[in-house]
Amino acid sequence: MGEAVLRVLIAPARRGIPKALMTGLAVMLVASALAAALPQLTGRVVDNADILDAATEASLTERLEAFEQRSSDQIVVATIRSLDGEALEPFANRLFRAWGLGQAGEDNGVLLLVALDDRKMRIEVGYGLEGTLTDLHSKLIIENTMVPAFRAGDFSTGISDAVDDIVMVLEGNAAELEARARRNRQEDNGLPWPVILFFIVWSTFFFGGFAMAFLPPIFGRKIGPKRYKWLGMTVDYNKSSIGSPGGRSSGGWSSSSGGGGFSGGGGSSGGGGASGSW
Amino acid sequence: MSTDKSLAVVSSRGLFSVLALCLMLPLLSACGFNTIPTREEQAKAAWSEVLNQYQRRADLIPNLVETVKGYAAQERDVLEGVVEARARATQVQISPDMLSDPEAFQAFQESQAGLSGALSRLLAVVENYPDLKSSQNFLALQAQLEGTENRIAVARRDYIEAVRLYNTSLKTLPSMLWAMFWFTGNEPYETFTIPDDKMDVPSVDFGAGNGG
Repeated sequence: MGEAVLRVLIAPARRGIPKALMTGLAVMLVASALAAALPQLTGRVVDNADILDAATEASLTERLEAFEQRSSDQIVVATIRSLDGEALEPFANRLFRAWGLGQAGEDNGVLLLVALDDRKMRIEVGYGLEGTLTDLHSKLIIENTMVPAFRAGDFSTGISDAVDDIVMVLEGNAAELEARARRNRQEDNGLPWPVILFFIVWSTFFFGGFAMAFLPPIFGRKIGPKRYKWLGMTVDYNKSSIGSPGGRSSGGWSSSSGGGGFSGGGGSSGGGGASGSW
Repeated sequence: MSTDKSLAVVSSRGLFSVLALCLMLPLLSACGFNTIPTREEQAKAAWSEVLNQYQRRADLIPNLVETVKGYAAQERDVLEGVVEARARATQVQISPDMLSDPEAFQAFQESQAGLSGALSRLLAVVENYPDLKSSQNFLALQAQLEGTENRIAVARRDYIEAVRLYNTSLKTLPSMLWAMFWFTGNEPYETFTIPDDKMDVPSVDFGAGNGG
């Protein structure tokens, strides 16, 4: 009878299913075709176009790390060879969101993107910093700091100075900066949810055994000498082990904690910032 | 003894059914009951962001017009065109409850497209005034306008994606069943379309038209 009801439920709707499925599939195909491959977030400086010298890259990484320690703002420099025909702004936004720059909920990330062959650059600003690092600030940094250096072919100086300018603007609003850093430090003090989940699972296994030792005699029904029935399980204290349906297996947990590398905090961007070209 | 046993069977079966029910209740939400309201609210929130960014653009325009007027007051037609288009665009508003209304959505889209067109004409005219182009005030406004146009693009993309998810949940199993029997008032939302005149492939005509 249940099956008949289900069939009645589904029958009028059946016509819509293939169409919706096809549409979904088509959208997925189109989306994957449009999306050019995004670079991997390997660190605070992702120099895929290879335009920065090693010393600049090291010093940038160090400065950006120190700045995140101080303010919780995440600034990432990325250089790519080519946009493969995609427009700069959508690509920068997609990259920003894929990397999740800035702390989750705070959205305090900044992405400095340079596309070498397209001769374009963009400063993409997360939602949370739009008020401090405004579009105009970003535009001025691009036009006055980056473009002249880039025209002279000195990418290292241009990018390094631009990062200094960004940090300077973000530090300009000192009270707001400190408040943001404090907020995010407080959040870090809380236990992350995987740890909480682990303790819940662990305590179930650990205290579950104890519970089986004394709860059945209290709440269960006695069905023989030292034999109790509780929650559908027959517990026999005459045997050395507790008979419970389904043996307990000791599952192994695979540790998923990363190896100390840099990763985005889960922030997002709504397209703030500015673009330029040289 | 035997009655006791049968009673025990009954009570343990009852307990089982209660337990099973407790397990099934969360599954009920997993089978799509929550999907439709959740995605509807997400689409509405995405729409609010679209409106927010269009409003931001409209707020920039009076300042822009004043700045251009200071240097190019003689471009009266273009300036008035922008002011009128802005007035029209701010009149046509869509509340989130009207998102499933194709005509209202079309009207909104056309009014905003009209403003975009008027703005691009204004920015084209500005090219003729080097003093204006290099003035600090205009550069600041231009940076803000570019940023806002980009934010509009992002907000529109987010809205299109939210509507895609919502409309899909109205048409696919299992949430479709809830749409048929519970959320019967839920209609698919409208989304942005490219105007027909922009869909045409631009015809490039070298030389042939120059004769006249």
